[in-house]
Amino acid sequence: MNRYPLWKNLLIAFVLLLGAIYAAPNLFGEIPAVQITPARAGAPFDPYALAARLEPKLSEAGLAHQGFLYDPGALRIRFADTETQIQAKDLIESELNPDPAKPEVIVALNLLPGTPEWLARLGAKPMYLGLDLRGGVHFLLEVDMEGAVTKRLDAIAADLRSLMRSERVRHQGISRSGKLIEARFADEPSAEAARRIITRNMPDLVVDILPQGEAVRLVARLTPAAEQTIREYALKQNITTLHNRINELGVAEPVIQQQGAERIVVQLPGVQDVAKAKDILGRTATLEVRLVDDTPGALEEALAGRVPPGTELLYERNGRPILVKKDVVLTGERLTDAQPGFDGQTGEPAVHLTLDSAGSRIFRDVTRENVGKRMAILLIERGQAEVVTAPVIRTEISGGRVQISGAMTVEEARDIALLLRAGSLAAPMRIVEERTVGPSLGKENIERGVTATLWGFVIIAVFIISYYQLIGFYSVVALAANLMLLVALLSLLQATLTLPGIAAMALTLGMAIDANVLINERIREELRAGVSPQMAIATGYERAFATILDSNVTTLIAGLALLVFGSGPVRGFAVVHCLGILSSMFSAILVSRMLVNFTYGGKKRIAHLSIG
Amino acid sequence: MEWFRPRQDIPFMRHALWFNAVSIVTFVAAVLFLMLRGLNLSIEFTGGTLVEVRASETISPEVVRATLAQAGLREAQVQNFGSARDLLIRLPHLGDGESAQASERVQALLDQVPEASFEVRRVEFVGPQVGKELATNGLMALAFVILGIVAYLAMRFEWRFAVSAIVANLHDVVIILGVFAAFQLEFSLSVLAAVLAVLGYSVNETVIIFDRVREVFRKRRAKMDTPAVLDHAITATMSRTIITHASTLAMVVTILLFGGETLRNFALALTIGIVFGIYSSIFVSSALVMWFGVRREDLVKPPKQKEEAVV
Repeated sequence: MNRYPLWKNLLIAFVLLLGAIYAAPNLFGEIPAVQITPARAGAPFDPYALAARLEPKLSEAGLAHQGFLYDPGALRIRFADTETQIQAKDLIESELNPDPAKPEVIVALNLLPGTPEWLARLGAKPMYLGLDLRGGVHFLLEVDMEGAVTKRLDAIAADLRSLMRSERVRHQGISRSGKLIEARFADEPSAEAARRIITRNMPDLVVDILPQGEAVRLVARLTPAAEQTIREYALKQNITTLHNRINELGVAEPVIQQQGAERIVVQLPGVQDVAKAKDILGRTATLEVRLVDDTPGALEEALAGRVPPGTELLYERNGRPILVKKDVVLTGERLTDAQPGFDGQTGEPAVHLTLDSAGSRIFRDVTRENVGKRMAILLIERGQAEVVTAPVIRTEISGGRVQISGAMTVEEARDIALLLRAGSLAAPMRIVEERTVGPSLGKENIERGVTATLWGFVIIAVFIISYYQLIGFYSVVALAANLMLLVALLSLLQATLTLPGIAAMALTLGMAIDANVLINERIREELRAGVSPQMAIATGYERAFATILDSNVTTLIAGLALLVFGSGPVRGFAVVHCLGILSSMFSAILVSRMLVNFTYGGKKRIAHLSIG
Repeated sequence: MEWFRPRQDIPFMRHALWFNAVSIVTFVAAVLFLMLRGLNLSIEFTGGTLVEVRASETISPEVVRATLAQAGLREAQVQNFGSARDLLIRLPHLGDGESAQASERVQALLDQVPEASFEVRRVEFVGPQVGKELATNGLMALAFVILGIVAYLAMRFEWRFAVSAIVANLHDVVIILGVFAAFQLEFSLSVLAAVLAVLGYSVNETVIIFDRVREVFRKRRAKMDTPAVLDHAITATMSRTIITHASTLAMVVTILLFGGETLRNFALALTIGIVFGIYSSIFVSSALVMWFGVRREDLVKPPKQKEEAVV
């Protein structure tokens, strides 16, 4: 009667084996590494060539490495200790980025899991440690959505003015007040004409006409859908911008995620310089269009140190010098979109820019007057200007659709579009939450958490074994299995483990033993009532089950509440707590029963049941 | 080894009034502390900045406080955190724009303290809006747990059991909060998590006793009256109660001792919660069930086929 069918034993063994495999990577610790990634998304990057280039340099400097790891977008080099790692980073940095102002690649310090190859191939990874355990910065940024919407409305008001002008509708002023655009007209017919034009050209606006004494007032507001689009766009745009900026910080595994409708979470593991991080996150980059000075000889003069007045010596992205006029034709304010694509005629990769109406007009005038000359598109950040591209103007360009093409790859086109789009923040942001944890505190937190859990486990183990003897030992084995399964689950799900998460692990273990205590007490009770040992085991497990289920459900309700409503540290606690309850049901009931069955299940008569 | 093997049922219910008097006194004291002193809410709820630093030398918090006050940060609180070299600096919310820079300002000011150099170990900044949301979410979580548990127990047992269980365990929550108010311990998000976890956990205790009550009602037909059944259920589960709680407490106390300063209040809330949880589950919720007048007929529905088979 106390025998599991073979399939059940095999199933339990299989689950435990899986648990062991997926929990195992946590035992191997981490190996210091240097990570090299391209400085710009999509730039050509060949990790194998890079490795071949670095290999002799490293051995020359006497820096022994423990192997290269190749990824399409990254090269990682492992080292024996952090000292070599730091020396190697400096060496690689100076080798690959001779000019620190214009980095070719991002070189970052990283810790790689020391998981053996065969385990990694099975998809086994160590648990993902939260910032409070590994050190780093966490920011919660709030996007100023009102700002994004009013900025857009201002642009729309400007567009309306030029639209009215080109359609020859006379108005007495167009302005934005709050979230409305107001236009005043002298009479009804012109207002009606304006309404027709607006509904035809600007589907995003809802228009009302309000007679006001002699004059007529036209009020336009954004449709809710359009406003929603603006908000979503602002958030997406800011996330893209943050991605690009964080790349510059050289963070190994940044997390940038949307949270709710208007917030962005940024987590930078290992970053200590908070001031710099804040500076970069809050930075504004601008786009400028200027004309290139291609006067023969002028560039040579400038390179020799005599920059002609009214011009500026800048560098293109490939390092070629270029002389650009100081007068700004257009700024990024006038850009509404930038998308990668292809030239309609030549099929070359290109970037399509969309300008707003004021921008289109300026662009048309400037291109008409400067056919055959070159035009430079600059990205300016922190006072540093870089020429993204400098194409030749072939014809007058009207309509606000501008195409940048010529000598660029598909990747470059995508890259430029991204840079132009992500160059600046769509809406201002402010930090509403910040958590910084130093690396030493992180390490201490891990040590403390692990020490507490281990000691607690040992105390429980000694206590339960001495109280319930062999059956108690099986209960402890089940508890250990629970710990292993919990670690395996957390590793498999890559759920973030935080310090409260470790505490939850300890607490869950302390609570999980309850199931076995319930079972063991039940068995004893049955024995006392004079039931045979075999029968006592069977009824003990059976009767305790309903109680265990009930009590776990109530605990799970609390855990789920924390998971749903909790944030930050509480969520870390809740995830572990909930998973722990589930894994404890499995191990406390099935694993301990299997062991008990192996020992006693086959015997006809049990002389003595070792349960204390 | 077997520690608890009472020959006959211990007459807990005879003394129910006394136990509940103790409960009520503790409860009233907790409420008074909460009303008079209030909770010392962490910056997670109030908004503000917290900076944890380690000094190179032992340094008096007063020196640091004076430096900060001189620079205009008069409301800065400075206290030792775990050791004489670890300091915790708290700043209230300073108004928009300024708050995000508060931690940098503190760092810059600390560099001017001649007595020691400081290593910043942790910075937490929470804006007032986020703080409000966290507080609201905390209350929502509490409401969710209460409703969830009441609904589950009402379904599984009967509404009087559900109400008794939740009243008994909420009284634990109030007592934990009362202790935090009385000693002005910091009430943070992780303490809140501990409180909710304890709520779920001590309801277990009640559930286990109630399970037994139901079983006894079913088995023994009409022979025993309700107090006797309750006494029997409590006595029968007492061994389990003590072993389980001893184990859980062992775990929680190791966190309290080895988990470091960050987890201290969290572990403390758990410890208080577990200790009072035992007490209230046994004495308060069972007594409430008795006073609510639960009878055999309320639990043992007209026997279905399946249930007969179990008995």
